[in-house]
Amino acid sequence: MAAAPLLTMSGITKSFPGVRALDGVDLDVEAGEVHCLLGQNGAGKSTLIKVLAGAHQPDEGRISWEGREVRLGSPVAAMRLGIATIYQELDLVEHLSVTENVFLGHEVATRGFLRVRTARERAAALLRRLGHPEIDPRTLVGALSAAGQQIVSMARALSHEVRLIVMDEPSAALDPDEVGNLFRIVTDLTAQGVAVVYISHRLEEIRRIGDRVSVLKDGRVAARGLPARTTATREVVSLMTGREIAYVFPPRPTRPYGTPARTGDEATTDRRSGDSGSGTTGPEATGPGESGSGDAHSWDPWSKDPRPQDPYAKTTASQDSVPHDSGSQDHVSQDPNPRYRASQDRRSEDHRSQDHRSQDHGPEDHPSTALTPQDHDPRSGPTVPTPLTPPLLSLQSLTRKGEFAPLDLDVHPGEIVGLAGLVGSGRSEILETVAGARRPSAGRVLVDGKPLRPGSVPAAVRAGIGLAPEERKAQALLMLEPVSSNVSLSSLGRFSTGGWLDGRRERAAALAGTRDLSLSPADPDRPVRTLSGGNQQKVVLARWLLRECRVLLLDEPTRGVDVGARSELYALIRRLADEGLAVLLVSSEVPEVLGLADRVLVLREGVVVHRAPATELDEHRVLDLVMEGAPSC
Amino acid sequence: MLTAATDPGAGSLPPTKSPARRAVSRIDLRHLSLLAVLGALVVVGALTKPSEFLSTDNLQLILTQASVIGVVTVGVTFVIIGGGIDLSVGAIVALASVWATTVATQEYGLPGILFCALLVGLGCGLVNGLLVAYGPMVPFIATLAMLASARGLALQISDGRTQVVTVESVLDLGLPDAYVLGIPPLVLIFAAVSVLGWLVLGRTTFGRRTVAIGGNPEASRLAGIAVKRQRLLLYLLSGLCCGIAAFMLVVLTGSGQNTNGNLYELDAIAAAIIGGTLLSGGRGTITGSVLGVLVFTTITNLFALNNLQSDVQQIAKGAIIVAAVLVQKGRTSS
Repeated sequence: MAAAPLLTMSGITKSFPGVRALDGVDLDVEAGEVHCLLGQNGAGKSTLIKVLAGAHQPDEGRISWEGREVRLGSPVAAMRLGIATIYQELDLVEHLSVTENVFLGHEVATRGFLRVRTARERAAALLRRLGHPEIDPRTLVGALSAAGQQIVSMARALSHEVRLIVMDEPSAALDPDEVGNLFRIVTDLTAQGVAVVYISHRLEEIRRIGDRVSVLKDGRVAARGLPARTTATREVVSLMTGREIAYVFPPRPTRPYGTPARTGDEATTDRRSGDSGSGTTGPEATGPGESGSGDAHSWDPWSKDPRPQDPYAKTTASQDSVPHDSGSQDHVSQDPNPRYRASQDRRSEDHRSQDHRSQDHGPEDHPSTALTPQDHDPRSGPTVPTPLTPPLLSLQSLTRKGEFAPLDLDVHPGEIVGLAGLVGSGRSEILETVAGARRPSAGRVLVDGKPLRPGSVPAAVRAGIGLAPEERKAQALLMLEPVSSNVSLSSLGRFSTGGWLDGRRERAAALAGTRDLSLSPADPDRPVRTLSGGNQQKVVLARWLLRECRVLLLDEPTRGVDVGARSELYALIRRLADEGLAVLLVSSEVPEVLGLADRVLVLREGVVVHRAPATELDEHRVLDLVMEGAPSC
Repeated sequence: MLTAATDPGAGSLPPTKSPARRAVSRIDLRHLSLLAVLGALVVVGALTKPSEFLSTDNLQLILTQASVIGVVTVGVTFVIIGGGIDLSVGAIVALASVWATTVATQEYGLPGILFCALLVGLGCGLVNGLLVAYGPMVPFIATLAMLASARGLALQISDGRTQVVTVESVLDLGLPDAYVLGIPPLVLIFAAVSVLGWLVLGRTTFGRRTVAIGGNPEASRLAGIAVKRQRLLLYLLSGLCCGIAAFMLVVLTGSGQNTNGNLYELDAIAAAIIGGTLLSGGRGTITGSVLGVLVFTTITNLFALNNLQSDVQQIAKGAIIVAAVLVQKGRTSS
């Protein structure tokens, strides 16, 4: 008995529809140790701690407590053994006091009557033990800071006879001072023989307080009980990466992406002033930017985004380079409908000679070049104008206080830009701000060079922005409604005259749209709730395509989509980009971002810590950046 | 291929089911069960009071009684489908009927009374809508406040007295002479409002947006729908329906009273619920609500004919609401 570890989990398997979240996981925790659990998002950590808390029942596997086999049939059963869990999303009742929250569910009472004073004294004692005597047990939890609430959560855990505390990213909401106090508490607890299972993405924290580390990957244990302080970061990271399921990613167009050149807004606006209607011209593709590919790591994160080269270079790259004066830029197409790039490409071939002719004209022949660079950013210094297609989407110092730092980014038609980062790194917030669902505290969003009204979704939608949000069911779909009305939701005006809907046209359009995305079954009358995750995502995409959206914001596009359907979605997203859409992609799955995007921005706590072409990054490097936040250069 | 999505007229046409099958699939089972209940009530009426229940007078009475609450219910149904609730409808009916029958208003004859009733209804709806959409306040609270103050204002204007209407043209509308093919004008108004409501809910962008914001407000917002404006419009619509109902009540009773429309909110919400409208929003039909109103009115009539007290009526109504919701639950969970 004495030799048996406090907790042993062996062969724990748990499946959800379409996903095997845990696949034979083993874990053992000794009394008095801090056992760190590492793994990427979706590796199975959350499921594992829910099994431990009695909230999920494993399909297979055994759990022993001090050598004795136990069943954790309910949260109460786990609590009785002395297992307490502090979830990342704190589960406190805001309108109750600290005392009431601490003793929620096991109130201090005699025959049903609360013993208010005793409870308050015990709560105060617990808070003192946690090093926070200043928290008044009578205050309402809603009035406390995030750190204060976490202390209450911990006091609640300690109010039981606790032997094992699971902490799910406890430091995520804390500032450095508070993290120090957290560590002190953890050390105190372990000194008293309490075991702590500590989940964090921050390797430096694990080094400071961890005893052993177990790594989860794709629902399996990649490493069990490694020494926390001496295992090399590289080893830990490599254990977390290298997944076995190889997704099939569509090939990137062979464009010279990843050839950044320091360019400023002046160049951007100049480029915007193209004469409309003409095909794109290729000569710019062989501009100086292309030779600057060695530059990839040399920009600072706040500077203007590296600009990819003309996506049409493929068809016209053989042409001579031309001087990059404003006169040569003005015939860069500002096609009113860049979605039809395939036809544009053909057209540009046809018009090549014409383009040549127009190159010889000076700026004075093109009144449009006289447009003033209205978006001049005073911070950008003298810039080398690099002739390119104008960006379709531009973010200029877009900021939301407390969520993400000023962000500058251009996304061009045909380009997929990926945002990599952990949950809470500001990824979704950025997308929602671009989509107008959140009001930026500073900065602005431009589509086709025109600034959008901040904080207005209808304005963003009118400008051609479409968001496929993270929580499809909660944020995108009308689950009770059929496919057709879900698809047409953003384009109702198209099917109506004077407010009256033409149901036939609407249905036909929805059907055509869903067929185009090979939704199966292609039945517009089918309720959306009966569709699989992948097909539901296609419904959302079909909605935006029907709206003729030109900027697609994808937040976790493959969440809840089974493995087989993913490759299909990837191919679809790439196809849409090839048709001229600008795509901004967010995903917790690093391989997805790297495989699908042309360029990647790595986010850490709301700050872009690195930008690079996807081909220059690997999963290792991204995870290093995401977890350690090491500057890129 | 994307052109196919944007130009539905060209290329692929949807695989249309046969018109008959689509028509059948469109008839909601719930409506069938309500029709069955209504049929059963008619049978009971015909058996217990054969001569009185099926008389033309009685049927006209049932329909007329259903008309006033029916118009209110159409408005409330829209609000509930849109994810809201309107507790103030009864009070708005009272205020509009009182305001429309003041001596000053009556000087302008029928147009004055009608215009005033509609305007008061719209005004109250506007206040409700502004509070709910832009306050933003919980609909329950905002319309509860309107309930209290509209009724108070009605009492203040009328001073608690019954304001008798002396405008002949208004009173004439309630007389048998005004019946069109034996149908009272009020019933025609109800029918018109119902048909219009049915069309608006099913065939217009307004209706579709109502369903959308009720079913998933966040998704609607992210899809670019002006959710707040839609909410405001829904309460305006409900207020307008109250104004129409108030005018109908003035015609029916020949007077305006601050006690008019008492508990209409409960009757209207109950009728919508047993008609299959989800109280949480996002689903409901005008047909169901109209059937719900007819069921309630027929029960009231039956009980009155059989000299049963109103307490028994209330208990029966309560039982029906519970039964209808249980049936709904069984169906949605399956």
